[in-house]
Amino acid sequence: MSALIRFRGEDLGYQGRTVLAGLELTVTAGQRIALLGRSGAGKSTLITAIYRRLVSAGTAVALVPQDHALVPQLSVFHNIYMGRLERHGALYNLVNLARPMRSEVAQVRPVAATLGLEPELFRPVERLSGGQRQRVAVGRALHRGGTVLLADEPVSAVDEAQGRTLVDVMRAHFTTLVLAVHAVELATEFADRILGLRGGRVVVDTLASRITRADLDAIYAT
Amino acid sequence: MTRRNVGLVLLLAAVALLPFADLEIGGHDPWRVLGRVLAGFLAPSFATLASLGDAIALTLAFAFFGVALGAAVGLALAVLHHRRAVRIGCAVLRSVHELFWALLLIQPLGPSASAGVLAIAIPYAGIFGKVFAEILDEIDRRPADVLPPRTGRISAFLFARLPLALGPMRVYGLYRVECGLRSSAVLGFVGLPTLGFELDTFFRQGEYGSVAAVLLAYYALIGTMRLWMRPRLVPFYLLGALAVLAGTRSVPLSWDNVTRFLTEDLVPAPLRDANLLDVAPWAELGDWLGLLVGEQAVPGMVATLVVSQITIALMGLLALAAYPLLVPAVVGRVGRGVGHVILVVARSTPEFMLCYLALQILGPSMLPAILALGIHNGAIIAHLLGREAERVVPMLRPDAPRGLDLHAYELTPRLYAPFLAYVFYRWEIVVRESAIVGMLGIQTLGFFVDSAIAEIRLDRAVVLLMITAAVTLAIDAVSRLVRRRLGLGAFGGLEARTARLG
Repeated sequence: MSALIRFRGEDLGYQGRTVLAGLELTVTAGQRIALLGRSGAGKSTLITAIYRRLVSAGTAVALVPQDHALVPQLSVFHNIYMGRLERHGALYNLVNLARPMRSEVAQVRPVAATLGLEPELFRPVERLSGGQRQRVAVGRALHRGGTVLLADEPVSAVDEAQGRTLVDVMRAHFTTLVLAVHAVELATEFADRILGLRGGRVVVDTLASRITRADLDAIYAT
Repeated sequence: MTRRNVGLVLLLAAVALLPFADLEIGGHDPWRVLGRVLAGFLAPSFATLASLGDAIALTLAFAFFGVALGAAVGLALAVLHHRRAVRIGCAVLRSVHELFWALLLIQPLGPSASAGVLAIAIPYAGIFGKVFAEILDEIDRRPADVLPPRTGRISAFLFARLPLALGPMRVYGLYRVECGLRSSAVLGFVGLPTLGFELDTFFRQGEYGSVAAVLLAYYALIGTMRLWMRPRLVPFYLLGALAVLAGTRSVPLSWDNVTRFLTEDLVPAPLRDANLLDVAPWAELGDWLGLLVGEQAVPGMVATLVVSQITIALMGLLALAAYPLLVPAVVGRVGRGVGHVILVVARSTPEFMLCYLALQILGPSMLPAILALGIHNGAIIAHLLGREAERVVPMLRPDAPRGLDLHAYELTPRLYAPFLAYVFYRWEIVVRESAIVGMLGIQTLGFFVDSAIAEIRLDRAVVLLMITAAVTLAIDAVSRLVRRRLGLGAFGGLEARTARLG
């Protein structure tokens, strides 16, 4: 498998502040990576950096940001539709904004159905629960499609069983996954590779099947 | 300079200017006129109800259509507001008062529906352009950041920016409709048949009962706005406005007039029909400009600044004295009710109309202008401070003093920074208003503009208007600088905006 992305001793951060120092990392196409780490360890910075790199390389990549970045005033349908906003001209988009087109609804509806959002399809996102909003953000990424999915805590607002279903759906849609998650058990279930971040450094990089107690301590222990 | 010093400087500046201000009471018997006006309120005469109805309909129609048009153009300007030329254009549009726009537009268009609508729409487009741009700057950027790469700019705006801005824009737009009603009513003073026209006519005829009826109708309109001004009903109001405007008897637009206005009337007299390759007309232009500036612009500017600086001091003092009228912990529940009514009347009466009334009673001098502008603007700031105080009161310690002690020791020190911010926000507005009330005969810039237009010397009027605009823009720049220096920028939310532009 070819290297999808490679960082060679790079400093990553935002607004002039370095969060990840001297990052060495290679991601290969087809890998399913779980990102573990306490909050502030640099998971979001890493995901953003990978996203930017892939976009500038022209790779088809979908993103679920941690804060979802939905438009609260627009409906579930429109927020999911926005995953493919670049595929149509302004006029087409404007018409679809004013009055959802049948052909577009036909494409978005199954995505919403997969995520259990079909009954809410035309409800403004601001009237949904936190878990529902999270699923809308995932829906937008599914609708966007591509080969790579980057998701920052995509199952933090749903219960364990729902989280598992959600991850299964993501696995079914994308060949390469980089998911930041909290639950270690979930990580070992879906991922083949686990990256542990701590204080802006990669402290664990191992096969999911070989993760040890010591690895987890390196990531989480105080 | 500290915040306290700034307040003192403003006060001292006003006192120093007092000797240069014409504060005479020119009317021969102000008390009698005041008595008659008040008697009119005791027995308002609705005998002329039909014409009053027409005036109300037209006032509403101008306001709705003018504001809607201004908002639509303003939205387009807001999107382009990052361009310097657009930003400057917006500033120029809003630096000229709607009454001046009306005076100017009536020349080629006649006292027609289009002149009335445009007089409101043009300056409002500049205001909307700026405020909408500020709103667009403040919304959450994240949805736009995560859009697919290569999303078109228009699509990105429609999906990821506009929906987020629409809420605050609607709130601001509704507030602007109220301002539009005020503007529209005042357009009557330059001959468009709105409520101001009725007021002026009845005053001239000495029919104070009818004067009272016009004012009461106006207050009823403003006072009930919250009941009928619903976003959902706006399309119907716009259709109604269109019907009213279409029904006005209008002179057909003459393109000859418009062309003459643009290519002859506005051209400085020495350059008209002259050979522009010659030196002579340009030398004449120099003399012409020198005379205009020396004999009209400079005296007008001095008078405008005298009126506005004294007004600023009066406005500040009144605001600080009056805002406790809105705080039950200071004046009690009944006191608050009374205070609320007084302040609503003072701030919802258009400053120009208030000045007109004061002038009828006190006679022509700077005194009525200063009183009217001071009371109107003071009431607006008092209203904003009152709302601020409502937020502060629940956070005070349980054993906080009450009454005047609360006002002096707990509230005013806490509210002093927002107070100064509001004062500086209104500075530019007070200057603009001081200029415009010149049309009532006080020798500020508006007086000279009005005279030039009355003499059909539009070339002079335009130069004077440009000077007025420049003064307003300069004051705005100074005010912004002072606010930044004093660290008053934090009060830049929607409320402060409405304070500044209202």
